[in-house]
Amino acid sequence: MAKTSLYDTTFCKTQQRLALRNCGVIDPENIDEYIAMDGYRALGKVLTEMTPDQVIDTILASGLRGRGGAGFPTGMKWKFASGNRGNVQKYVCCNADEGDPGAFMDRSVLEGDPHAVVEAMAIAGYAIGADQGYIYVRAEYPIAVKRLEIAIDQAKKYGLLGKDIFGTGFNFDLSIRLGAGAFVCGEETALMTSIEGKRGEPRPRPPFPAVKGLFEKPTILNNVETYANIPQIILNGAEWFSSIGTEKSKGTKVFALGGKITNTGLVEVPMGTSLRHIIEDIGGGIPNGKKFKAAQTGGPSGGCIPAEHLDTPIDYDNLLAIGSMMGSGGLIVMDEDNCMVDIARFFLDFTVDESCGKCTPCRVGTKRLLEILDKIISGNGEMEDLDKLEELANYIKSASLCGLGQTAPNPVLSTLRYFRDEYIAHIVDKKCPAGVCKKLIRYEIDPEKCIGCGMCAKKCPASTIQKTDYTAPGHKLPSMKIEQANCVKCGACMDTCKFGAISKH
Amino acid sequence: MKKKLTTVEFHGTPEQEAALRAVIKKHAGEKGAMMPILQEAQGIYGYLPIEVQRIISLETGVSMEEIFGIASFYSQFKLNPDGKYAIAVCLGTACYVKGSGEVIEEISKQLNVPVGSTSSDGKYSVEATRCLGACGLAPVMTVNGEVYGSLKKSDVATILAKYV
Repeated sequence: MAKTSLYDTTFCKTQQRLALRNCGVIDPENIDEYIAMDGYRALGKVLTEMTPDQVIDTILASGLRGRGGAGFPTGMKWKFASGNRGNVQKYVCCNADEGDPGAFMDRSVLEGDPHAVVEAMAIAGYAIGADQGYIYVRAEYPIAVKRLEIAIDQAKKYGLLGKDIFGTGFNFDLSIRLGAGAFVCGEETALMTSIEGKRGEPRPRPPFPAVKGLFEKPTILNNVETYANIPQIILNGAEWFSSIGTEKSKGTKVFALGGKITNTGLVEVPMGTSLRHIIEDIGGGIPNGKKFKAAQTGGPSGGCIPAEHLDTPIDYDNLLAIGSMMGSGGLIVMDEDNCMVDIARFFLDFTVDESCGKCTPCRVGTKRLLEILDKIISGNGEMEDLDKLEELANYIKSASLCGLGQTAPNPVLSTLRYFRDEYIAHIVDKKCPAGVCKKLIRYEIDPEKCIGCGMCAKKCPASTIQKTDYTAPGHKLPSMKIEQANCVKCGACMDTCKFGAISKH
Repeated sequence: MKKKLTTVEFHGTPEQEAALRAVIKKHAGEKGAMMPILQEAQGIYGYLPIEVQRIISLETGVSMEEIFGIASFYSQFKLNPDGKYAIAVCLGTACYVKGSGEVIEEISKQLNVPVGSTSSDGKYSVEATRCLGACGLAPVMTVNGEVYGSLKKSDVATILAKYV
């Protein structure tokens, strides 16, 4: 019988690994293994065979767009910062502050292939005329930090960082800066303020970082996954890269597939792959025979995509058109047991906590949105609250200073757009169809099935389950009953009952 | 995120202070060094009390106001040391209905430690947590990870007596 390799499984076969090509393949703590995989050849090529403008033109022609979320063309960013080379101090920064709950592709690249980021940043330094780079990485990623440190040390020893790289007179040095647990520091100006050693608050743009960035000098900032693509684009050419993907989104994208899905993990597919393919073929579908309800992309900045859009080819523009965004690539699958109002509330709770407080629309607006959602899930919502939510959400989007506030209402807006019926069920019928929102559900004991053992009453934390005077035919003891007024909806009774007599409504 | 100033008396040792001064010296003249200095200072002391911030301010010439602004902005920086006994009371719904609000009030009263802070001798820290997922045992509290369930206000004295 022929052996099936891991690479023959549907999970692996339809993936195309560019950013992750070395992850799990080479020893990330050994620079020789990276070099054996053509590592640092791209840096050698740009330094010895290409002018800085040619490097920028190649990146422009490749069509590479920022993998951190917004999808700004990387080559354009580099071009804007390329003026006046050699006469002004400039900086190259790497955003490795992966703050989205549920996304971990940047951590994988840093832990599995740190040299790719180091090499790409040196290439970027050459292209714009910078001799210093900073990698801003979350303190919560200790292994990534350690491997980056090792990689930078090794590269310095080999003369691939530091003075006179490849004997060409090009100097480039790299430092690591640790984050300290602030989601807003994923925003570019906030990140730079944080590297400067201040409170990580964003600042208005313009001036854009390409003009006035870190320490008020021209700066480019790219995401880890973006950098991981750069060396291959240099080696294989812009045409090769732009042959992958869709018309406006080139290359591949890594998604962190999670939630109610059979196969979880990192998935790298060409842009334009449909959500259905990722979820049903690669992800193996939804476990336990449950029905798909929504896919959430873009984390707290993104939105929920319903079943009717599963066949949309995913790229930056299509995701925006259906009310979500690419974001860093978190992809959380939800089934019929998830309440979409509760999901919107969950993300709002997160953004309220993480709003830096600098601008009013975000600081106050997100809090007010959360209060309206709280009102709805506690059964006190009115239909006019839906209009209020939409109106306020649009104000916050248009008036907030940075990306955090401008995208914070997206989870609310997208669930309102596709799952309005669930909001209405909460408001009009005072019911949570998925049975999640505690104030709107009730547990009930079926007197015909209850044998009166009393186990549920013993477990009930609120002591709200009592005996009735009704004994079902064939049973010896009277059945039990839940006093709804005192029930705390913890569900302990239902978990305890061995006879399936307790149900949730 | 709200942060409260500590009431714990500062017990820094001369060794710690020497280590801190060495850290500041190492970063002297470096651009944007305040975050690494605070991170390493927290590594030395376990938290960032005003006394430590003052040393950093005097040594670097950066104002206290700015340093405190940074220390209170990032969730990783602690202004309060954890107590020797870290007490966490669940204020999840099931616990709350069964009187965990009364329990945490009683603990706070008996120890004279406001909720969300650490006693001035550094012995106890009292914290309200979200649901611990032990609703069947409600109300629940943990002391250094040890779980106590089905609490009543009257149990508090007995439990606290174990941690002196």
